[in-house]
Amino acid sequence: MTNVTAVTGEPAALAGEEGRGPPAPASMLDAARLVLLRDLKLAFRRRGQLVQPLAFFAMVTTLFPLAVSPELSRLREVAPGVLWVAALLASLLALEFLFRDDAHDGTLEQYSLSGQPLTWLMLAKTVTHWLLTGAPLALMAPLAALSLGAPGASVPGIVICVAVGTVALSLIGSIGAALTLGIRRSGVLLALLTLPLSLPVLIFGARATELAIRGSAYGAPLELLAAMAILGITLAPLAAAAGVRISLE
Amino acid sequence: MNWTWFHRLASPPYIFALARRLTPWFGWTSGLLIAAGLYGGLVLAPPDYQQGDGFRIIYVHAPSAWMSLMVYTTMAVAAAIGLIWRIKVAHAVAASCAPIGASFTFAALATGSLWGAPMWGTWWEWDPRLTSELILLFLYLGYMGLRGSIEDTQRADRASAVLAVVGIVNVPIIHYSVTWWNSLHQAPSVMRLGKPAMPVAMLVPLLIMLLAFTLFFVAVLLVRLRGEILSRERAASWIGEALGS
Repeated sequence: MTNVTAVTGEPAALAGEEGRGPPAPASMLDAARLVLLRDLKLAFRRRGQLVQPLAFFAMVTTLFPLAVSPELSRLREVAPGVLWVAALLASLLALEFLFRDDAHDGTLEQYSLSGQPLTWLMLAKTVTHWLLTGAPLALMAPLAALSLGAPGASVPGIVICVAVGTVALSLIGSIGAALTLGIRRSGVLLALLTLPLSLPVLIFGARATELAIRGSAYGAPLELLAAMAILGITLAPLAAAAGVRISLE
Repeated sequence: MNWTWFHRLASPPYIFALARRLTPWFGWTSGLLIAAGLYGGLVLAPPDYQQGDGFRIIYVHAPSAWMSLMVYTTMAVAAAIGLIWRIKVAHAVAASCAPIGASFTFAALATGSLWGAPMWGTWWEWDPRLTSELILLFLYLGYMGLRGSIEDTQRADRASAVLAVVGIVNVPIIHYSVTWWNSLHQAPSVMRLGKPAMPVAMLVPLLIMLLAFTLFFVAVLLVRLRGEILSRERAASWIGEALGS
């Protein structure tokens, strides 16, 4: 096996690109890019799994008008909370798939043996999780918000808030997913670990969305969300890598 | 300087014997201090000019709330020590801390709720301190849940240690965001105790109770730690000698 195939864990995907030359040491950026592309490719081969969190998000936001009231004036008040609770749960639902398959077929072990920094590869995997759940959720959130009575002018604000907030959610979730890796039926435990840590994101996300729906300036809570996302980018992959290493022992 | 005393702290037999020797000291001292603090708080301290005798629950509530945070900090520091230097005893300390901390958190919530019923007119108020305390309880439950679901002790130790360290980074963020959230959503209608400086007759018993609860925590921790070491080292030969003597 060449170094590169050890990094990707999937020789077939790369045979065409790299040929059979002598193994060249891959740079950190290359390794992260390969992990990202591989995960995206695998995810798009299983489209059913891909749309599940999005369908869940749509379903949860549909439940609220039925449970609360169909009056738009009342729904508009709860809309930010509904959006964020649904986004948080949808992101959580997708977390279970983040490392599970890779742990089962040994890919994660190959990653940790590849000589590339595991922290960096974890960041790449988390970015994939965001691209597959956070970004689509950010695009779907305005639809749900409009159906809950938010004005059309609030759409850009909602997209930005959900996009930035879900970055932080993916990063926090990656720690929980890494720690619960070897545990059977880990779904509830994952929620118990991840949800308390996600509360600041929920608070500021809902606040920013509320301000956006009202048409006021939402810069301050959005900047706090961005700060949490940046803090997450710097620290969460370290903890996730430590968690994966422990789970592989 | 001689460091052997320090290195011995990582040895389970030494810690086991030390814990057994120290437990009565901490236990009895905390018992005496609790008796003194309760007498000072329930009998000697004057009634509050606004809350009457109702405020006296503070002598249990405030020390419990203080301990809930202190135990979490102790747990996270012990977990970090265990994670970094791979010291088994440190992991045993962290594991013993969690149920104690969860109990203190629960006690703080329960007494806070009992206090709130006559003073605020409601059992539960979404007050920032109450909310942070509730989240702290969830953090403890998550820690114990993770530890409980991993069979292998060493893996459980290290995974839960990572969680404790992540948690301690998050506790201030959670606390301040909850405070901010609350100040935005709710007018400060809740009566605050202690803004005017407390009279000495009220404060001294409170400080005694704080000290007593800290010593009580150490005493319970030492007992739990012995149990934890016994179950971890049950195959070791020194156990028979330690228990036989």
